[in-house]
Amino acid sequence: MTETTTIQKGIDVYTIRRQFPALDREVKGKPLVYFDNAATSQKPQMVIDAMTKYYTGFNANIHRGIHTLAEEATAAFESTRDDVREFIGAGSREEIIFTSGTTEGINLVAYTWGRQNLKAGDEVIISTMEHHSNIVPWQIICEEKSAILKVIPVNEDGELLMEEYEKLLSAKTKLVSVVHASNSLGTINPVKRIIDLAHKAGAVVLIDGAQSTVHLDINVQEMDCDFFAFSSHKLYGPTGTGILYGKKQLLEAMPVFQGGGEMIKEVTFTKTTYNDLPYKFEAGTPNIADVVAFKAALDFVKQTGKENIRQHEDELLRFATEKLEQIPGLKIIGRAKRKVSVVSFVIDKIHPQDIGILLDNQGIAVRTGHHCTQPLMDRLGIPGTARASFAVYNTKEEIDKLVTGINKVKKMLS
Amino acid sequence: MNERKSIQEIENEIVEEFALFDSWDDKYEYIIDLGKKLPPLEDQYKIDINKVKGCQSTVWLVSELRNGKVFYKAESDAIIVKGLISMLIRVLSGHSPDEIIDAKLDFIRQIGMTTHLAQTRSNGLLAMVRQMKNFALAYKLKNAANA
Repeated sequence: MTETTTIQKGIDVYTIRRQFPALDREVKGKPLVYFDNAATSQKPQMVIDAMTKYYTGFNANIHRGIHTLAEEATAAFESTRDDVREFIGAGSREEIIFTSGTTEGINLVAYTWGRQNLKAGDEVIISTMEHHSNIVPWQIICEEKSAILKVIPVNEDGELLMEEYEKLLSAKTKLVSVVHASNSLGTINPVKRIIDLAHKAGAVVLIDGAQSTVHLDINVQEMDCDFFAFSSHKLYGPTGTGILYGKKQLLEAMPVFQGGGEMIKEVTFTKTTYNDLPYKFEAGTPNIADVVAFKAALDFVKQTGKENIRQHEDELLRFATEKLEQIPGLKIIGRAKRKVSVVSFVIDKIHPQDIGILLDNQGIAVRTGHHCTQPLMDRLGIPGTARASFAVYNTKEEIDKLVTGINKVKKMLS
Repeated sequence: MNERKSIQEIENEIVEEFALFDSWDDKYEYIIDLGKKLPPLEDQYKIDINKVKGCQSTVWLVSELRNGKVFYKAESDAIIVKGLISMLIRVLSGHSPDEIIDAKLDFIRQIGMTTHLAQTRSNGLLAMVRQMKNFALAYKLKNAANA
């Protein structure tokens, strides 16, 4: 039996689904059930159209050209920057840097701020539940600078041990970099408190918003984070583009990341001067088409309403948790009190990979493995999980199919 | 074992067997069954040096040369991979290094299991095929050196 999928505030999930052409396809002769949204979301027609419109109408290189196409492309590109500023509540457009994604945003901070500010004996704090993207750049820069990487532990439910975090903070702490919402478990971390405590210790804070930006209201000024990195493609936008927000005074003081066109003011062989923010950090021809189309993704989210999206996803999370818990032998991994719509699970005596292959065989796309969080899996004592992650276009009927699918997997492997 | 049949003949046999299945479910049920029947590898071999590590499942693979033929034993922690291993062993085990090195293994594509060889790092199968061929190559070089 399935409850109705239309939620009270009036978003109709079936109307929304029609905007996503990829959801229409079949896999192995069955209608696709796409539950790998934490890896990347599908794209609405308006995003696909925006990209087509750019390439068919005003494809040009931006900022330098004097001709009409260049002006149109520049206007569209810069207009996305304004929308992003508004979307995350940043104070100014100069604080919005376009990157290739969350990973590049974190690397940018590690290689510029980190290289300039870290010295031997300084400490950088991350957490056990970080994605490899928020571990490796800090390992690299800490090694280079003989700085020390400290790790906030988590409890069995997959929540940060805040008292342990407080103990790690000291005058030696120069930077704290933590994930807002865990990609493996869904845990929403208390970032406001993490940031306040770090600031009291005199450290700057980077928040990895790859998973949170699509689910939660983001206001970087209220949060008071120093850096915030996220990707377009988990937010119904194109792959290959993302955003690094940084506080203006920090960005201004930071050395440049990559050298090339666009980021310069004047180049001579004796001395090069650099461009102003945000262009200082945007060397070379940027990913114009994807940035332009990302605006349409933000429009989609605004039109649908973030509150509506969250309510729908919360309801899917509640429903899925309740249904999956009833499956004998299935254990949900990650029982944090506050979660985004991610359900990770293991089943007794069944390898997650077998679950993934046999669900795919039924048209159901989930992710299996360590989700690029190997230290977290080690901490939890498991090789990996199967993970279903929900987006605004998913339905309770699809969750019922997942439950049926898992029962079938169990039967096939028994 | 299959000493009188060539690798190609065994590959053809598998393709014919799979042609009998109407659905993907049937194919996977068969592979799961093969996985369950694969003799377990002795614990002494389940050591790091024998691991063919994929991103998600672990495969242990050992080989030996007897009378000029290569014999394999393997196991995995994932059952479908075990089933695929079982087929690879059936095809390759008991043949000469040269035959193994030259094996096309096109049956994997013909039975619709190419996805398991894709570069998605989703399992160790591609790495295992490579490792099986590497063992054969190593025996061949060793033979040549001893000759």
